[in-house]
Amino acid sequence: MQFPILSVIVFTPLVAALIIFLMNGERKNEIRVTALAAAVFALALSAWVYFSYDQSLAGYQLIEKYDWLPVLGISYHVGVDGMSTPLVLLTGLVMFTGVLISWGIDDRPREFFAFLFLLAGGVFGVFVALDLFMLFFFYEIAVFPMYLLIAIWGWKQTREYAAMKLTLYLFLGSVFALVGALAMYWQVGLNTGIYTFDMLAMEQVGAMAGMVTIFGYSIPFQVFWFLPVFLGFAILGGIFPFHNWSPDGHVAAPTAVSMFHAGVLMKLGAFAALRVGIMLLPEGAHYWQWVILGLATVNVVYGAFIAMIQKDLKYIIGFSSVSHMGLVVLGFATLTREGMVGAGLQMFSHGVMTALFFSAVGMVYDRAHTRQLAELGGMSKPLPWVAVAFIIGGLVSMGMPGFSGFVAEFPIFMGVWKTQWVVAIIASISIVITAAYILIAVRRAFFGELPAQFEGHIHPISVLDKVALVTLCAVMIALGVFPGLMAPLVELGVQNVLRLLGGA
Amino acid sequence: MSVNFLAILPEALMLLLGILILILDPLWKDEKRRLNLGWLTAGGLAAILVASILIGRPGAQSVLAWGGMVRFDMLAYAFKLFFIFAAAITALFMMDVDGISRRAESYVLLLAATIGMSLMASASDLVMLYLAIETTSIPLYVLAGFLLDDKKSTEAGFKYLLFGAMTSAILLYGLSLVYGFGGMTGFDDLAKQFASATPFSMGVLVLLIVGLGFKLSLAPFHFWAPDTYEGAPTPVAGFLSTASKAAGFAVLARLFITTFGSSAEQWQMILAILAVVTMTLGNLVALAQKNIKRLLAYSSISHAGYALMGVIAASTLGITSSVFYMLAYILTNLAAFGIIVAVGKTLGSDDIRAYDGLSRRSPYLALAMLIAFLSLSGMPPFGGFVAKFLVFFAAIQAGWTWLVVVGIINSIIGVYYYLTVMKYVYLYRTEGEDEAAHPILTTRPYLIAISVLTIGVVLVGTFFAPWFGLSTDAAASLFAGLMPK
Repeated sequence: MQFPILSVIVFTPLVAALIIFLMNGERKNEIRVTALAAAVFALALSAWVYFSYDQSLAGYQLIEKYDWLPVLGISYHVGVDGMSTPLVLLTGLVMFTGVLISWGIDDRPREFFAFLFLLAGGVFGVFVALDLFMLFFFYEIAVFPMYLLIAIWGWKQTREYAAMKLTLYLFLGSVFALVGALAMYWQVGLNTGIYTFDMLAMEQVGAMAGMVTIFGYSIPFQVFWFLPVFLGFAILGGIFPFHNWSPDGHVAAPTAVSMFHAGVLMKLGAFAALRVGIMLLPEGAHYWQWVILGLATVNVVYGAFIAMIQKDLKYIIGFSSVSHMGLVVLGFATLTREGMVGAGLQMFSHGVMTALFFSAVGMVYDRAHTRQLAELGGMSKPLPWVAVAFIIGGLVSMGMPGFSGFVAEFPIFMGVWKTQWVVAIIASISIVITAAYILIAVRRAFFGELPAQFEGHIHPISVLDKVALVTLCAVMIALGVFPGLMAPLVELGVQNVLRLLGGA
Repeated sequence: MSVNFLAILPEALMLLLGILILILDPLWKDEKRRLNLGWLTAGGLAAILVASILIGRPGAQSVLAWGGMVRFDMLAYAFKLFFIFAAAITALFMMDVDGISRRAESYVLLLAATIGMSLMASASDLVMLYLAIETTSIPLYVLAGFLLDDKKSTEAGFKYLLFGAMTSAILLYGLSLVYGFGGMTGFDDLAKQFASATPFSMGVLVLLIVGLGFKLSLAPFHFWAPDTYEGAPTPVAGFLSTASKAAGFAVLARLFITTFGSSAEQWQMILAILAVVTMTLGNLVALAQKNIKRLLAYSSISHAGYALMGVIAASTLGITSSVFYMLAYILTNLAAFGIIVAVGKTLGSDDIRAYDGLSRRSPYLALAMLIAFLSLSGMPPFGGFVAKFLVFFAAIQAGWTWLVVVGIINSIIGVYYYLTVMKYVYLYRTEGEDEAAHPILTTRPYLIAISVLTIGVVLVGTFFAPWFGLSTDAAASLFAGLMPK
């Protein structure tokens, strides 16, 4: 038997959470070291998964399957494909850097790290799940610790409001998706006599609708259930008009949680919308393609414009996430190879980029105690590392060649152009706006005069912070210079999606 | 061993245990009473639980015993295990409440009520059913009003008694009409008489639903619940809201599926409307509560609505999901009430503000509370998630998609107020107090009970196959005896 690496990855954070909970809450350093050890372990494993995925074989790999509730066709079934492998690596990266950034948390670190790891375990679980029940199970595990993390350790002014808003939005989306999933289950059973939550079996059924109507889900069925399922998950991806929870949530969350939230959790929504919405209900995806395309375009452009007028550095990043996640959904909605490969890359690239942004903003805020652009300035002098990291993040965000953002956004626009060139032109407005707000933010926060009240109060960042920043920057540059590290992998995942969609 | 003996094995053993307690009690010194009584009751119940599992398991065939009075099947068996377990945990919690912990009567009343519930679950005859319901109710009236020098407890007992007597009369009237028109009292015989739905059987159904609706605290028969839960000693309130409610479900499932199976379409609609009203009212009113016991009272009202969905589905999977729901709910809600026992004892208040900074006072108690409340709100990996998943699952199979949509909207409201309570526990602080220096005091029996419950909630939520198997067997036994339509 092969080493059950995916299970180990899923359960490492969960077991670590349990161990941390059983530790003495007063021994804060031991707790931090334990957390870091678990995070390093998880990162190493996720890198291992990434590099051990055999591209010549393609398909789902590292599969493990155990009965969970066989009577209903529920199993513990994990495996990765080209789409989810980068996201597993991303989660490992964000978990590792998130722990480094959170070293300074002094209020009940035991509870903080335990909840953070519960969240991480849920995220890993969703990315590797090949069983629909299991996907929902871990999806909810990833959602509820968020509430506590934001409400307890968040920004005092808005944390209670933002945490509740976020939780209710996400819960609402997931339960509507759940109803759709249950309807799919009974429909598959009715038509094939096989009652199962196994997504590999269900995707075959979904793909057959076009050919053998008796066997698959009927087309009207797919058309009816696509929207609740897709939008239910896409809420977590920040899709317009349900994106409202996201900037509030980002801003109120403590740094590490913002990183997780924007970096990984939003991918969770986009990923599940792809896995369950597009892959299981392909006919529905064809039918609603223009609606999704339209909503995503609004996301991209509107998000960028709103980011432009923000005065709070963290809100800028929050709305830029809405805009960039719109690009991911836009890429999916093209239903073309280019668009989807771009979207897959963008999920990874945006995850790393936004984690970097939020950690940089967090470092500035921890020292200056303000995030208002008007009150900041000249931070590049006391905090050169942070300034460089923020600028690199900004270049990625603008889609500069040589950085991962370019590698991701370029194919998306190619795909959009192929589908409908008008949309491509409208969406490309966002590139200009993005450049504008990023440059404005960089100039006003990091350059110019250092306000007098900060003189001598801005202490330099720690080694751990530097390690985190360097790691994230290195990944983005590596991907930008060598897109071959990831693009072929994502393309393998996209091939499967396209096969289900009836193209390619 | 004969079927007659096995069919009432748990009840007989509990009766013996009760007699033993009454004999031993006068012999004990006053200062030893609390420990002796509590451990004897809980330990005895645990032993009965083990004995029932080892020798009391019925076969696949559902058989009648005692001349058709009780049925010996998996449904009765499963529910009896739940009741005995809940009673054992409640006995442990009762050891922590002054005023009832040293009184032998309270433990004996608890046993008597549990005997009544066990008989409710297995009753297969109108006379037996009514006797069982009264055997359950009367001890509970007394227990709810047990703290005589506490006005609220007295009020709780009285209110419960008045409402109970009233609905009991209505139920009795309904049962007498069933007898009057059917000419028989056995559930199976009556099924033949009610083989076709008539306007008359509708009328009878309404009377029965009123009577049972009181036990289940379905809206609009729920008025007693918040006041009674608030005033009654907390462990008793926990017992009322879990075991007593589950007993009502056992009766509802058995009576409606077997005797009135043919008029399913009628009662399904009535119950569906009641479920919608119950869930919605319970959740909306819970939003406004400032007292944790009242909040849990309304929450438990809404949970009856969710669990009802399984019965409404009226399929094997539906009943399975309801049985599973009851199991998860008993574990979860007992844990939630258990926390209130300890906090109420140490801080002397059931106000939600008393929970400020609980996570600093007692991190593990706060964690247990978090688990219980997340399970109530239906989050994995806790029992409540799987339970809700299953009832929705069964309801969609039976074509009640609109009811499921109402259910999920309600569960979102639920998430709101459950999480709000957790905000007090984890976020807020008591002004000017170092909470860590004033932890919640706990005793050994209490810790055992709360640990068993918390682990149980997680276990039911993760390794759910065995519990689902038990629930399926219970549901299957109910349908096995039915005549083919």
